[in-house]
Amino acid sequence: MRIACPFCGARDSGEFTYLGDASPKRPAAPLDGGAAVEEQFYDYVYLRDNVAGFTREYWYHGGGCRSWLIAERSTTTHEFKSVAAAPGAGAAKTAQAGER
Amino acid sequence: MEGSTRTVAGQSHRLGSGGQIDRNAPLNFTFDGKTMTGFAGDTLASALVANGVRLVGRSFKYHRPRGILTAGPEEPNALVELRTGARREANTRATTAELYDGLVAQSQNRWPSLRNDLMSVNSLFSPIFVAGFYYKTFMWPAKFWEALYEPAIRRAAGLGKTAGIADPDHYDKAWAHCDVLVVGGGATGLAAALAAGRAGARVIICDDDSRLGGRLLSDGGEIDGIDALDWLQGAIAELSSLPNVRIMTRTAVFGVYDGGDFGVLERVNDHLPQPPEHQVRQRLWRISAKRSIVGAGAIERPIVFPGNDRPAVMMASAVRTYVNRFAALPGKRIALFVNNDDGWSTVDAIRRAGAEVAAVIDPRGKAAVGDYSGVRVVQGVVSDVGGGVDGVSSVTVNGAGGIQKIEADCLAMSGGWNPNLALSCFHRGKPAWRDDIAAFVPANAPTGMTMAGAANGDLSLGACLRTGHAAGAMAAAEAGAKGKAGNAAKASDEAFAIKPLWHVQVKGKAFVDFQHDVTASDVQLAQREGFESVEHLKRYTTLGMATDQGKTSNVTGLAIMADAVGRSIADTGTTVYRPPYAPVAIGALAGHNRDENFHATRLTPSHHWAAERGAVFVDTGLWKRAQWFPLPGETDWLQSVTREVLAVRNGVGFCDVSTLGKVDVRGADAGTFLDRVYINAFASLAVGKARYGLMLREDGIVMDDGTTSRLAEDHYLMTTTTAKAGPVMQHLEFCRQVLWPELDVQLSSATDQWAQFSIAGPRTRDLLQALVDPSEDMSNEGFPFMGVRTVKLRGGMDARLFRISFSGEMAFEIAVPARYGGAMARNLMIAGEPFGVTPYGTEALGVMRIEKGHVAGPELNGTTTAGDLGLGKMASKKKDFIGRVLSQREALTAPDRQVVVGIRPLDKARRLRSGAHIIPKGGIPGPETDQGYVTSVCFSPTQNQWLGLGLVSHGAERHGEIVKAHDPLRNETYDVELCSPVFYDPEGVRQRA
Repeated sequence: MRIACPFCGARDSGEFTYLGDASPKRPAAPLDGGAAVEEQFYDYVYLRDNVAGFTREYWYHGGGCRSWLIAERSTTTHEFKSVAAAPGAGAAKTAQAGER
Repeated sequence: MEGSTRTVAGQSHRLGSGGQIDRNAPLNFTFDGKTMTGFAGDTLASALVANGVRLVGRSFKYHRPRGILTAGPEEPNALVELRTGARREANTRATTAELYDGLVAQSQNRWPSLRNDLMSVNSLFSPIFVAGFYYKTFMWPAKFWEALYEPAIRRAAGLGKTAGIADPDHYDKAWAHCDVLVVGGGATGLAAALAAGRAGARVIICDDDSRLGGRLLSDGGEIDGIDALDWLQGAIAELSSLPNVRIMTRTAVFGVYDGGDFGVLERVNDHLPQPPEHQVRQRLWRISAKRSIVGAGAIERPIVFPGNDRPAVMMASAVRTYVNRFAALPGKRIALFVNNDDGWSTVDAIRRAGAEVAAVIDPRGKAAVGDYSGVRVVQGVVSDVGGGVDGVSSVTVNGAGGIQKIEADCLAMSGGWNPNLALSCFHRGKPAWRDDIAAFVPANAPTGMTMAGAANGDLSLGACLRTGHAAGAMAAAEAGAKGKAGNAAKASDEAFAIKPLWHVQVKGKAFVDFQHDVTASDVQLAQREGFESVEHLKRYTTLGMATDQGKTSNVTGLAIMADAVGRSIADTGTTVYRPPYAPVAIGALAGHNRDENFHATRLTPSHHWAAERGAVFVDTGLWKRAQWFPLPGETDWLQSVTREVLAVRNGVGFCDVSTLGKVDVRGADAGTFLDRVYINAFASLAVGKARYGLMLREDGIVMDDGTTSRLAEDHYLMTTTTAKAGPVMQHLEFCRQVLWPELDVQLSSATDQWAQFSIAGPRTRDLLQALVDPSEDMSNEGFPFMGVRTVKLRGGMDARLFRISFSGEMAFEIAVPARYGGAMARNLMIAGEPFGVTPYGTEALGVMRIEKGHVAGPELNGTTTAGDLGLGKMASKKKDFIGRVLSQREALTAPDRQVVVGIRPLDKARRLRSGAHIIPKGGIPGPETDQGYVTSVCFSPTQNQWLGLGLVSHGAERHGEIVKAHDPLRNETYDVELCSPVFYDPEGVRQRA
């Protein structure tokens, strides 16, 4: 299987590692946040939806350009609908749909 | 091939003419020690047939005599141990093993000999060997299973034995890319490859046989008005002339993976006694194809009746293959038991070979098409097969005219054809049932795959050529080829008429799965006992779970189940298909990744210098690091390590620490960035200073530690542990690119760019002064503890110098570009010679860090917090950082957490063992009394006893308490004292000297 890295083109999936769901965002963490912030971080670190179908998820091109990528992938067919660069990865641009 | 019963000298069943064998190339081989002769072009099976051999093996469970059933890769019976010594390969199918001169094969699963197999008494006990017998018979008492039942069963039932010696051959891995992958080189595949190739697509066509042609090689026929074999030669010539077409024979496609990738095994040199020098035996290909066409043909299925497993009961298509392709006669008076018109075509092959057709037994009474005048035809079914271990002598027929016995020395059977659709189902596709051909056909192949020809249920030659061509033209166009595919070849569309017949329901042992000895009554028993689902049927009876994966038996087994349940076959369904379709040797999957090449090896910049000095190396991840440097006369590792430690503590030594991860962090916001990833402050670090840093995971657990130096206002150099260099880099990139893209920070890995040595000991400054330019101020004031700067070496070269210490001694780390690593090691030896400089390895490094109470991998073990490591005070309260919020959770700050503590046996002669559990003085070892464990131990030359670090509940408050260390592995319990983890120079005077 190949993943279309926006910087390197279609590359073997063995060059990439998977992190997980890209929807949780790191909460703001004021120093005096207390239990409410701890609760938000608990959700951020541990709680994930178990989706059958397309999800947005983080992939890391560690065997290539070291970019973090956000891919739309189906958990049932492994089809990549899109692969985009993370906001801080080079000059961000959206990739063509990945290999089916 | 005009009929000739004249046989070749020494080969009792070889026809005098015909066949696609090279009669000028006789080959000698031995089977069970007996020497025989065949010809180039033979398989082991065809050579055995030509020599009149019927008995080739014993069955798995009942040790029943078995012969050759098929002529292809689906063979369940004729498994042999091929070759001898280290190259001996068990369970090799005689039907796919190409003959070579000197081939040696042994039959399997018999004792003492194939003919007189004493284990065949299993057959007498067959009533207890029914479906599920393992579960029923040997359930109780449980402890007897391992000790008694399993070894006995393993001796009695089984397949071939492995060589037990390392494989001497090499295996390769390769990638290939194409527009169109064609699986199967028969009529369908050839038509597809021709169409796609002519259109200009990049084509790969694979066939597991040694030559292209598929059933054309066995059944001939007429294509485009000429003999099919002549057409085949033309097709091969045209494909070979196309530069965009690659032909791969002896190559099996065994798996379909995501994104159009295929697992493919090329048997490069299996047809030779051993691979030529510098060549591989097999090659594992991963072929990436935009489109694929599967023309894998179909597999003829047996009929289930008593005696259907007797040697010389053979598939009708196999009889035609042996006669037509190999000029070998499976029998001289052959009876046919068929339920379809294709089976009748065997009559012509037998007659042309000059053998006799004893009778055609067909429940339909006649073929729908074809002229078979002069053939004895019996409307009925075969109910028994007479004969002995060496084959068939008669066939008992239940027909319209009652029961009759027909003399024959071979029985050819055909129950119809199962399209070879496995590849279409590897993505959980489910096949559909077609009544007109009484077979499953592909229903939902993976995206990009087209099933064609017989594999798709189009069983006539004309349809194969037509659908193959259409699939090839379409696939090429979809892949972007612009050329013309030309015209499809034409052949007749003979009707395929069939009346389903799965099972002749009379008394007697009638086999469904030949290799696993599963009978029709086993299937029926499974149904009676409630194992009706096909997946349960498979596991309860082991139907289809042998090395052949039920290629000849699965569909028949579920048809019998459907009948027993009273459901249609379509409603009964199939089991899940999974790769590999064909057997793949572990050696091929491993390729070159074995022994010392199992993974890549990383060498430190001073590796060759260390090897010259006779260093003992240890694998740490991919790295090889010098563990210690034995001197002549030293006989024990501890002797060498103790000497190295004392040399450092009393003089000076050095150690290659280049394996530590190094990350260059640059940018205006580099300090802010580091403040967020480390628990302590780095933005406030002065230029020219180093600081120890600790980073957490977001869940509050320690991730890694290391020293980070500020080289310039906007330039830091981070070091990580050796093990976490990669993961930390990935984490930092995540922080930079995903969490805080607004920060002006750039990261580069510099681990491989620098050779770095730790130089430690009270004489370190003396050594350095001999190494650096005299203008450099190396005094304690000029280069204070935790100072960092670039210095000029004698000779003019620059080096980075860090005054940091892991050993507790006055120490520096010196870094030069990696290519100077070996030279630097040699220069350190020269510069330090007057001061007795001693190279030391990772073991002495470890001893000194334990003496000094520094934590390392055994303590940073993925469960400890900063507080657990005694480093909680480092955490800044003025800023947020990764892991801060969750590190404050109740459970991670509980007072009874296990924290780092020093451990010292009261008996100074006692060797402390890592992993020992800490329990209270009067406690009885057990989970209730367990308070922690020993993480790191060493023999401390400065304390002259074994000591260690551990993680112990309430440990920080218990210094001075006597507890017990309990080692259940060695069954030792002894008194130890909990103490401060810093055993050596607790005030830190020496490192600041």
